[in-house]
Amino acid sequence: MNPREEKVSIITEESTANDEDAEVGRREKSSKVQRQQRKKQPPRADSEEMVTGKAQPGQEEPEMHLLSMPARRGPRSLPPIPSMSRTGFAEFSMRERLREKLQAARSKAESALLQEIPTPRPRRLRSPSEKELETEFGPEPCKESQATSHRNDSQSYSRVKFHDAVQKIKSKPQAPPGFPSAEEAYNFFTFSFDPEPEEPTVKARAKNRDGTHQEEEGEEESPAGGMNKMVLNVIARAGTPQKDEEELLGSQDAKDFLLGLDPAPDEFVVVRPAEYEGTHTWLEKEKELLFFPSRRAVPTWKKLPENVQPRFLEDEGLYTGARPEVARAQQNVVENRLLRQEPERKWFGDDGRILALPSPIKPFSSRPRPLAQEPSAQAGLETHYKKAVKYVHRTQHVVGSADPPGSFQLDIDISGLIFTHHPCFSREHVLAAKLAQLYDQYLARHQRSKAKFLTDKLQALRNAVQTGLYPEKPHQSLDATQKTIKEYKSEIRETRKLRDAEQEKDRTLLKTIVKVWKEMKSLREFQRFTNTPLKLVLRKEKVDQKADEEAYEAEIQAEISELMEEHTEEYEQRLGEYRASYQQWKAWKKAQQKAKKKKKKQAEEHPEGEAEEELYPGEEPVKPIPPELLDHAVLEQQARERAAHSRRRPGEPVLLPELSLTGSVTPDDQCPRAEVLRREDVKRRSVYLKVLFNSKEVSRTVSRQLGADFCVHFGQIFNLQIFNWPESLTLQVYETVGHSSTTLLAEVFLPIPETTTVTRRAPVEEVEFSSSQHVTLDHEGVGSGVPFSFEADGSNQLILMTSGRVSHSVAWATGDNGTPLIPPPSQQSLGFRSALKRADAISSIGTSGLTDMKKLAKWAAESKLDPNDPNNAPLMQLISIATSGESYVPDFFRLEQLQQEFNFVTSEELNRSKRFRLLCLRSQEVPEFRNYKQIPAYDREILEKVFQDYEKRLRDKSVIETKDHIDTHRAIVAKYLQQVRESVVNRFLIAKHHFLLSDLVVEEEVPNMSSEGSGILGLSLFKLAEQKRPLRPRRKGRKKVTAQNLSDGDIKLLVNICRAYDIPVRKPPASKSQQPARSSRTFSDRHAASPGAHSPPHSPDTPLSQVSVRPFVEVSFQRTICHTTTAEGPNPSWNEELEFPFRAPNGDYSTASLQSVKDDVFINIFDEVLHDILEDDRERGSGIHTRIERHWLGCVKIPFSTIYSQARIDGTFKINTPPVLLGYSKERNVLLERGLDSVRSLSEGSYLTLFITIEPQLVPGESVREKFDSQEDEKLLQATEKFQAECALKFPTRQCLTTVTDISGKTVFVTRYLKPLNPPEELLNVYPNNPQATAELVARYVSLIPFLPDTVSFAGICDLWSTSDQFLDLLAGDEEEHAVLLCDYFLFLGKKAWLVMGNAIPEGPTAYVLTWEQNHYLIWNPCSGHFYAQFDTFCPLKSVSCLIGPDNIWFNIQQYDSPLRINFDVTKPKLWKSFFSRSLPYPGLSSVQPEELIYQRTDKAAAAELQDRIEKMLKEKIMDWRPRHLTRWNRHCTSTLRHFLPLLERSQGEDVEDEHRAELQKQLGDYRFSGFPLHMPYSEVKPLIEAVYSTGVHNTDVPNVEFALAVYIHPYPKNVLSVWIYVASLIRNR
Amino acid sequence: MAAANPSVFLLMVNGQVESAQFPEYDDLYCKYCFVYGQDWAPTAGLEEGISQITSKSQDMRRALVWNFPIDVTFKSTNPYGWPQIVLSVYGPDVFGNDVVRGYGAVHVPFSPGRHKRTIPMFVPESTSTLQKFTSWFMGRRPEYTDPKVVAQGEGREVTRVRSQGFVTLLFNVVTKDMRKLGYDTGPADTQGIAGPSLPQGIPR
Repeated sequence: MNPREEKVSIITEESTANDEDAEVGRREKSSKVQRQQRKKQPPRADSEEMVTGKAQPGQEEPEMHLLSMPARRGPRSLPPIPSMSRTGFAEFSMRERLREKLQAARSKAESALLQEIPTPRPRRLRSPSEKELETEFGPEPCKESQATSHRNDSQSYSRVKFHDAVQKIKSKPQAPPGFPSAEEAYNFFTFSFDPEPEEPTVKARAKNRDGTHQEEEGEEESPAGGMNKMVLNVIARAGTPQKDEEELLGSQDAKDFLLGLDPAPDEFVVVRPAEYEGTHTWLEKEKELLFFPSRRAVPTWKKLPENVQPRFLEDEGLYTGARPEVARAQQNVVENRLLRQEPERKWFGDDGRILALPSPIKPFSSRPRPLAQEPSAQAGLETHYKKAVKYVHRTQHVVGSADPPGSFQLDIDISGLIFTHHPCFSREHVLAAKLAQLYDQYLARHQRSKAKFLTDKLQALRNAVQTGLYPEKPHQSLDATQKTIKEYKSEIRETRKLRDAEQEKDRTLLKTIVKVWKEMKSLREFQRFTNTPLKLVLRKEKVDQKADEEAYEAEIQAEISELMEEHTEEYEQRLGEYRASYQQWKAWKKAQQKAKKKKKKQAEEHPEGEAEEELYPGEEPVKPIPPELLDHAVLEQQARERAAHSRRRPGEPVLLPELSLTGSVTPDDQCPRAEVLRREDVKRRSVYLKVLFNSKEVSRTVSRQLGADFCVHFGQIFNLQIFNWPESLTLQVYETVGHSSTTLLAEVFLPIPETTTVTRRAPVEEVEFSSSQHVTLDHEGVGSGVPFSFEADGSNQLILMTSGRVSHSVAWATGDNGTPLIPPPSQQSLGFRSALKRADAISSIGTSGLTDMKKLAKWAAESKLDPNDPNNAPLMQLISIATSGESYVPDFFRLEQLQQEFNFVTSEELNRSKRFRLLCLRSQEVPEFRNYKQIPAYDREILEKVFQDYEKRLRDKSVIETKDHIDTHRAIVAKYLQQVRESVVNRFLIAKHHFLLSDLVVEEEVPNMSSEGSGILGLSLFKLAEQKRPLRPRRKGRKKVTAQNLSDGDIKLLVNICRAYDIPVRKPPASKSQQPARSSRTFSDRHAASPGAHSPPHSPDTPLSQVSVRPFVEVSFQRTICHTTTAEGPNPSWNEELEFPFRAPNGDYSTASLQSVKDDVFINIFDEVLHDILEDDRERGSGIHTRIERHWLGCVKIPFSTIYSQARIDGTFKINTPPVLLGYSKERNVLLERGLDSVRSLSEGSYLTLFITIEPQLVPGESVREKFDSQEDEKLLQATEKFQAECALKFPTRQCLTTVTDISGKTVFVTRYLKPLNPPEELLNVYPNNPQATAELVARYVSLIPFLPDTVSFAGICDLWSTSDQFLDLLAGDEEEHAVLLCDYFLFLGKKAWLVMGNAIPEGPTAYVLTWEQNHYLIWNPCSGHFYAQFDTFCPLKSVSCLIGPDNIWFNIQQYDSPLRINFDVTKPKLWKSFFSRSLPYPGLSSVQPEELIYQRTDKAAAAELQDRIEKMLKEKIMDWRPRHLTRWNRHCTSTLRHFLPLLERSQGEDVEDEHRAELQKQLGDYRFSGFPLHMPYSEVKPLIEAVYSTGVHNTDVPNVEFALAVYIHPYPKNVLSVWIYVASLIRNR
Repeated sequence: MAAANPSVFLLMVNGQVESAQFPEYDDLYCKYCFVYGQDWAPTAGLEEGISQITSKSQDMRRALVWNFPIDVTFKSTNPYGWPQIVLSVYGPDVFGNDVVRGYGAVHVPFSPGRHKRTIPMFVPESTSTLQKFTSWFMGRRPEYTDPKVVAQGEGREVTRVRSQGFVTLLFNVVTKDMRKLGYDTGPADTQGIAGPSLPQGIPR
């Protein structure tokens, strides 16, 4: 054998057997294998030795290590390792082993060269290829299998290798202990042992090697350490075989071994290089063995048989179910593998996919979810007591669950049972039953007598035809008659046929009855006993022979004639048909003949083709047979035959059968044995019935014995108490034979009664039943289900089944009061209850009576319900039933199907309910009811009064209330304002329900690094270390209270009155010729600030000693009045704190409500005057009798809304003093004349220093955060935001205004409001040459438009800016509107004017107007019409934040904002930051203002009328306020005052005082006069009354006081009215 | 007083704030108050209360037991706005500042009898991590402007909260004249004895 071949064979063996034992066994004998196996068993005696010997096998280590290591990274870092390839290894190992064995077997005479030389060379060669292999291995994980197989091989190989090593060890007695490394091993294998090692003998070489080992050991010890473990592993694995080998070697003769091994034990060993197989060949071979399934998708055609299209069952409507989720790649791999393994494709379905069962995994977990909170063990063990609950039958959804269950009753009356066949029937019984049945049938037929009815009908029809044929009144159209006759005739035909059939049936029935009776009689005779008492009697009824015969004949004749007619008709028709078809046939024939001729010719040419051609003509039309006319005789014959067959012959008596039970039954003792047995058997049998309700047994009848007549009488009534509508009622018939078992004979299903059938009215009905049981009896009984015969020869067999009838009645019971106890109809199913029962989804939908079937179907379609899924079958069926129209499907969609049930009262009734109305209104937050508490539980407890206010308000909406307003225009305006307000309030209410986080959560803000206010984070951290109670405490802000959790009495208003300046002083009444206190000054004087120039001449006679004035302050708020003590002098100082409780309207302390509080704080300053009223001077010594009078000097009015929004009011306010204050004058303190006076004289009027606040401090409401939509350019809006943000960053306290909200709720850029607008023409004409005066006049005009803060009108929601025309139409607005209008007027007048946004007292944030006069700025208060110079210290404007011009906005970026300290030059960018600049040029925004204002002239007459009405009203009021005193009116004085008022108006309330006084003095010389004119813009009456009241003029108790009151209204254009009221009290001097 | 024809019904609630489970915190006290509709008015008893500070038990349960009694009677004409008890729990943080540890609310049970309720508690979260840190550091955690906020549904969408623990409450409820006014809160006999409070810890 060629060694090469042998090697190959060994290699293959190795790869398959994979075990050295097998390999060895192969080569040796099987006995040896056994021995080896046996030797495997012994304990590993040599393990120790092996461990010690592990140093020697160093050569193998690397390979072993490598091969047993799954990861390939380690080896790579090592030097190239030889012999990775299996082939190489195996080959080498074999060779080497052979050599080793040879070596062992023989003496060591062989040269070492032969052993060693061949090895290294191939290895060296191989190393690069091995590398290549490695790289192939690395990235390809799918070659793992290959790798493992390789590993297996290599393991076996390694074992082999190990043997060598061990043998070597063996041969060397002591192995040097060492740890050969991978490198060492590698070196060993790859080292080319050049000639020197070839020369020495084995021993020498061994020695040499030892030497090298030792040398290397020293060098390579450290790397070797890491390998130890591997080495151990390998040894352990290799242990057993090696041992075998060892023993093999040790125990056996080496020669034997070799002989077995080497087939041709040649003495010589051929030396040749090791066989090497390249990687490619190796891979090739591998390819043959291994298969890697591809991951690619398999094309469908591969998976299906040829030429088969994939079939998708799902598309065909079959249910397939959802396949389990498997990764696509995975599927592909499996598919590829299957295709490879089993090409017959049995694993693939028709759709080309792998067969798969539907995923069995449920999408939801069946395990109950753990409770949210796990109950403690304790809780789990606790016993809960639960009352036993009656089980409510829940097979159906009980809709009317409110009905007490079990109140329904069904009565089932079972009266009896009759067997129509029973196994115990004797033959006679069978006949009797048959007879009885037939007789019943006969009776039924007789009762109906259909034959007679048909005969009558026939007669009637004939008559009709007769009259139709020969009409007496031929008015009918011939056609119609013809048609009807035709119809009649056809009907006659039909009827005749029917009658004949009926008659025949009657006759045959009669015949059968007679026949059966005869049979029975013969049977009785035959068996010589009778079993049944049946007896049939045939009664004959004589008939008149002749008449009968005539009728018979007439009938036949009529019939014949009709038949004749029919026949002729038919004949005609058929003749026509015949002719037509004959023609056809003829034509065909001709053609045929022609064709034949042709064919003949052809046949001569093609004789063979003939036969084929013959077939060609195809169907040959049958030659029509001409119809023949039937003979009259034949017809008659037929008719007679038929009549004879079916009809009573003429003269034959009418037979009437009568069945009676009068016959006698033969007693038992006369009967044969078989019959006796039968009768005994019958007696043993008993029958009972079970009643099943909804297929549950509810009761059963008593067991009754079967009677001889096979009738059982029960006569029992069962009352079924039921909960639900019954689904089924069943009776089961049971039969008991003797004492043995009971058999179920049959089931009878009873119909569920109609709701109308009630007990006592229900008819007894019979239900048939039959059983399929087979019974054979050994007596006369015929049995059941078995054939029997009446004939002796057993022919003519009959098979009868047990059957019978149950007579019963089912009805609903009636209650005590006669109402039927029927479940509500809602429980009744609509016919598909059975389908409902199974599918939960439907039954729950169906509870409402399945009204929304379409919806259900839609839902099913939408939810992609698989119609093929068996689970959905009932649903689909139901839908198909419902949609196919079999049941009633409403064509409307009921949105809330259950709504009807919840409508417990009608909506009218609901609306009538006061309580409900109250609840509704409250939930709608109608102001009147918003805070209504404890709505009573009953209507009767709600007073009608509650709604009065509300209803009145609703009424007022449409009706213009003129009473309060007097002037219709104001009324309209007021109404309009009300509407705007309501709409805004509604919007606000909606917005109020939008919460921000800050509304709900209090959160400390992150300290801002940059803002100076809160400081740096570090600083605030530093604050933590601060002392809790510092020595010098700093003032901290009060804690703010949110308004919501407040109640009455929690809030107090604190008013601190500090002091006043320049209170007017009394003038001594004596000095009549007093000089004017102030000279009339020109306009320019006021701001020229020329001190000294106008030091007024003071009255020299002012007595220094006398107290000039004794002022005190009275503050009234919400009708609570407090006053200070009385101070003295014109510059009093009080320093008193007054406290007022605050009540919010309706007890609503919400922010919105507080903001809309309209109350004002009135601060009035009075002079307390003591009048000596001692009548008698003599008493002066003994007593003082004085009267205190208080004279009103002026007032300050501060709206609560200002206080609320400002939180506190602190400052000096100008006291509103009347222009004329009779009896008082401004005192010029002579002593201080040249000191302070110079400053003070600049200001006119008096001043009061105040501090007002609310305790506790309330959080002022914020404006609506709602972002209003805007028509502005988006860019512009962004710019505004940016601008505002920048400004806010620099000066957070300064208000920067760029956009505002207009009255329709849109955001508008503010400059659009500024535009020159024309003031009223007449104002311009007053001072045509004096622009300054005109300006003043215009400002006055503007100030006369009533002031109404937005916060009041719009409940603090937002600042709405109305345009000037809107403002003038509304005649109400706040500072902005006034300022805008004034600014527009000034612009029109050619002034340079700006809107100033800033803070003023007392208004707070407000708008003023700034104008540039020639060389100075003027600040105008638009609401009062006053103007101030820039440097006027008493200017109420305290800070300026921005200026708005018609085309730009400037933000104040100066250090100070007080108008005294700033520069108004807006051209300086360092001082003013402008909105539009070079980077953002002014885009030329159009104005929202109208082109021009149009002013209507106010109706003077109307004004005069209003004036009168106001005067009258005020007079009445004053009389009302003085209920205990007589109020006298001084007409003379009144008329004087009335003349005086227009003067005041003309002079704008200035400079007339002295003249006026003189005038008055002249006219009312002997009166002490105290009074003053009040001036205000007119809005409505109420403020006027308030103002008059607050002066307290009426509060005088002087007995003989007289009053004077005059009203003057000066109309300005556009209904702006200036009202003057002059009130005075006069006391006659004595 | 026309007993036959009452115009109000009465609801008497007594019981106690039994205990709490706050795994992370100790030394807590709680406040309670009632929130009720406009048709309700307290007639007797305390509407709000503040408990003692309690420390955790040393046993396994680590329960904070207050056993803080509640006893209040309401009258009403309308079940709308049925009273809710609002609980807020406070305790010191690491720096010793009192901070809120939980808010919770539950309706007073409708049916007469004895009821046990376990309320999950929660606190509002800081709006940002920085806020969270500073609020932790400063000891000024975010709080509701009013604890009653937790009894109302409006505006809650703007807040974010974190669950904190549980408080167990015991109620004994007695009603008077509810049936007479037409409100049936279920037969008293079947509802009795602690039975109905099946899903403990899920306030509705």
